Amino acid sequence: MTFLNFFISGISLGSIYAIIALGYTMVYGISKMLNFAHGDVIMVGAYICFYAVVRYGLNPFLAVAVAMVLCSVLGIIVEGLAYKPLRQAPSLAVLITAIGMSYFLQNTALLLWSSNPKVFPSVVGRGAFHMFNGNLSVSHITALTIIVCLVIMVALSLFVSKTKMGKAMRACSEDKGAAQLMGINVNATISMTFAIGSGLAAIAGALLCSAYPTLMPTTGSLPGIKAFTAAVFGGIGSIPGAFLGGLMLGVIEIFAKAYISSQLSDAVVFGVLIVVLLVKPAGLLGKMTQEKV
Amino acid sequence: MADPVLKVENINVFYGSIHAIKGISFEVYEGEIVTLIGANGAGKSTTLNTISGLLHPSTGSISFLGESLAKVPPYKIVERGLAQVPEGRRVFAQMTVNENLEMGAFTQSSSSIPEDLEKVYSLFPRLKERMNQTAGTLSGGEQQMLAMGRALMSRPKLLMLDEPSMGLAPILVEQIFAIIADLHRTGATILLVEQNAQMALSIASRGYVMETGNIVTTGTGQELLASEEVRKAYLGG
Repeated sequence: MTFLNFFISGISLGSIYAIIALGYTMVYGISKMLNFAHGDVIMVGAYICFYAVVRYGLNPFLAVAVAMVLCSVLGIIVEGLAYKPLRQAPSLAVLITAIGMSYFLQNTALLLWSSNPKVFPSVVGRGAFHMFNGNLSVSHITALTIIVCLVIMVALSLFVSKTKMGKAMRACSEDKGAAQLMGINVNATISMTFAIGSGLAAIAGALLCSAYPTLMPTTGSLPGIKAFTAAVFGGIGSIPGAFLGGLMLGVIEIFAKAYISSQLSDAVVFGVLIVVLLVKPAGLLGKMTQEKV
Repeated sequence: MADPVLKVENINVFYGSIHAIKGISFEVYEGEIVTLIGANGAGKSTTLNTISGLLHPSTGSISFLGESLAKVPPYKIVERGLAQVPEGRRVFAQMTVNENLEMGAFTQSSSSIPEDLEKVYSLFPRLKERMNQTAGTLSGGEQQMLAMGRALMSRPKLLMLDEPSMGLAPILVEQIFAIIADLHRTGATILLVEQNAQMALSIASRGYVMETGNIVTTGTGQELLASEEVRKAYLGG
């Protein structure tokens, strides 16, 4: 039963990684850049939720909705100010800009909200479901996290495979020049991708801080890095890959904490990543891209 | 004659410091097939990409259906009825044939798509057989058909084709040119860029010969085919 308990916690943590990883992977897919500021958008989303609930007494779910909208706007602004001018620049310049943007967001948060940790109120309280005569308990937030992740995964898959905008996103991911010749507004499509990714980051922020209630300006960075790892693990650019990578990473991390050592859990996680990349360099579900001449 | 569909006036285009297009002018009238022929690097594709708005002329003007295209972004140019089939086809390899065609209709209202899909599939029955395959699995000739069908989905008033014969076996080149001639017979206005001057001139109403960024000769397709100069330079004597 403890095994099952750990497994469920792993899936729940993995669901959060998966939601964050979806943002990384969609942005990478369309703009071929690693948006290292993505993790910090999670933190901004969590702070917005926190203040909306604690200071303005908003319903927690409404607070998440507000955070999603504001984070989407933040995503569009970050892309427009920092990345759009570098569309033709070498990828190293874009990467460094993304790291700079990450520090910029963290330090702005430090100025606005100070480094004192805030205790985040869970969006669904601290209750739990008890099953099997109390041998298995699943907290409400754990259950909610898994459900939300599944809903997002299904919705996003339908969006990119069925809707006109979703298909346009895939077209832009493959060939921006050709997409322009179809009459697709490539800049608007990229902005929209950042908006979706950042909106998802806000949800991830609320779920993450509901499960692990300490909120600080650096709250987003480690989950951000782990989710990036999850995206690479699953095959960056692939939406099912981000989902699978996130879940696996969460389960591996919790098992490593439970059965090996909580200090070594991150080492185990990144060790597994290294092994996967040695065996399958494009990630679990990634396709090897061939450079066409 | 009526006003031209496309009027290019004295455009100059630079790639950084390279002067790729040196003050060329030409027109395309309704119902014509006009071809730009010339060697590799003469500036033919650059000309098409400038008309599509992917590149910008430093001087000169381009007008389409009587309206200037200056400062119009590429996606709005497609909306106005100007479609380009790019060099090397550039189909969306990981999307299905049907999805590629839908992308071609991006500027159209969704109600007109089923009807236009039927038209394209009747023009290219091969594509219909493969509608649910990803475009990357198609042969070169099929990809060229897909790229053409995709452009037709935008209901273009001018169809620009960039090197449709590139990399295709002679039999497929014949097929593709037969389709272009068919499109022309049904009233399409076409601007065709080709290195295969013989094929292009044989179906063209008029042609322009480009050389290192300049237009050096112009005439009807038959005149250029018969011209001594053109024969020597582009038709192998």
